Amino acid sequence: MFDFLDGYDVLGAFWMTVKLTAVSAVGSLIWGTLLAAMRVSPVPLMRGFGTVYVNIVRNIPLTVIILFSSLGLADIFGMTMGSDDFDVQGFRLAVLGLVGYTAAFVCEAIRSGINTVPMGQAEAARAIGLSFTQTLTLVVLPQAFRSVIGPLANVLIALTKNTTVAAAIGVAEAAYLMKTMIENEAQTLLIGAVFAFGFVVLTLPTGLILGWLSKRLAVKR
Amino acid sequence: MSSVLYDTPGPRAKRRNVLFSVVFTVLLALLLWWMWQKMDDKDQLESALWKPFVESEAWTTYLLPGLANTLKAASLAMVIALPLGAVFGIARLSDHRWVRGVSGTVVEFFRAIPVLLLMLFANEFYARSTNVGSADRPLYAVVTGLVLYNAAVLAEVVRAGILSLPRGQTEAAYAIGLRKGQTMSSILLPQAVTAMLPAIVSQLVVIVKDTALGGVMIGFAELLNSRGTLAANYANVVQSFIVVAIIFILLNFILTTFASWLERRLRRSKRSTGAVLGAEDMEELNPAAVGGTFGTGAGGTI
Repeated sequence: MFDFLDGYDVLGAFWMTVKLTAVSAVGSLIWGTLLAAMRVSPVPLMRGFGTVYVNIVRNIPLTVIILFSSLGLADIFGMTMGSDDFDVQGFRLAVLGLVGYTAAFVCEAIRSGINTVPMGQAEAARAIGLSFTQTLTLVVLPQAFRSVIGPLANVLIALTKNTTVAAAIGVAEAAYLMKTMIENEAQTLLIGAVFAFGFVVLTLPTGLILGWLSKRLAVKR
Repeated sequence: MSSVLYDTPGPRAKRRNVLFSVVFTVLLALLLWWMWQKMDDKDQLESALWKPFVESEAWTTYLLPGLANTLKAASLAMVIALPLGAVFGIARLSDHRWVRGVSGTVVEFFRAIPVLLLMLFANEFYARSTNVGSADRPLYAVVTGLVLYNAAVLAEVVRAGILSLPRGQTEAAYAIGLRKGQTMSSILLPQAVTAMLPAIVSQLVVIVKDTALGGVMIGFAELLNSRGTLAANYANVVQSFIVVAIIFILLNFILTTFASWLERRLRRSKRSTGAVLGAEDMEELNPAAVGGTFGTGAGGTI
């Protein structure tokens, strides 16, 4: 029944999806945190930059960004991403696009987490004489991190699904392989089911585990 | 300005902020200058490459028809997905366990898989099993993919919208003798629709962005796809990307602004119960959080 899988590296394609997700997740967490720091900083110019970045990137389709990273950055500006190998280059360009895009959402998730901490917490911390660093590290950030887990989990799940866009520039991940297989094999429905199942396996545990974690760690108010 | 993170700045903090501002301005200027140099190096600033966009031909032949297709696919998807989503959203609140179970499984399944997979599958399905012409097929496939995915997302919006209404609404309806169906159709749903409006408009942004996927992967002649034809004609890849990106930004910015205007207006309104589902709620629309028993939360949508 499953002979149509012969000759196709389905697990390899999903491994590529996992790699894209993992590398982009780390990258967008770093860049997104920096952006969030800018958006809540006391320096108006940094706040402005953060706001403009988020509003621009959020409103562009990811497909445009990823396609531009290949057709524009690589082909015209000659950004080889430190590799001559086409596959490695495609992977890195896709990660670049995914990080730039996802970071805007990570930034918003973190910012909304900070906003859930009531003003009174910081005021009380200052009132008992804690310094700026102490207020931040002992009172504000621990509460913010906890309320950020839920929204960040959603971003991570969306990122997992968004890695399929990398197929647009020929990165050999799951959607790319599905396109090839579905065009060449007869069992359309089974192929669709196999790939859908793969994504359910990837996203479901993430949602369940992180959802459970965010409920468990939620600050009761 | 004071926030939860820092106090109103004193003289020292003010001096430090000015210093940070200066350093940041210099860095930003360097970045912009470097980008400008890069553009110049590759002769991307030549006016000939930009010229097509101030003439009518590029717009009437490529961009506007593309934009029209984008809007067509997005609005079709929204119009079809909304009633479907409403049915599934209400079914998930049913008193019968098997109705809840089946609709919950369907919704969670379609939320958990990427919209591109649905589009690719629909495209192949239409090619093999139906007699939809090859000219119409991309549109059909894109709309089908978008509908399946967004109906599942909107089902969650509808459910959250209904759950956001105060419990007293249902109780009062039962007290005056309305039946379950009547309560849903004449009390809960009308109020939930109002509460959901901002969230629905924000979802439209996601739909508009996802149409671009169909343009690249299954050859649907939307804005991003017509950019390819345009760039092949005028040989201005970078410029066409910038123009298309600006069109998308403007379109989605209008939608986002409209959604938040709607949200503010509804929150102010005295006639409703004050339950509003805004864009912020959409991002964290986690079934586990809105009191669901079947929720997995595997449906982030950005």
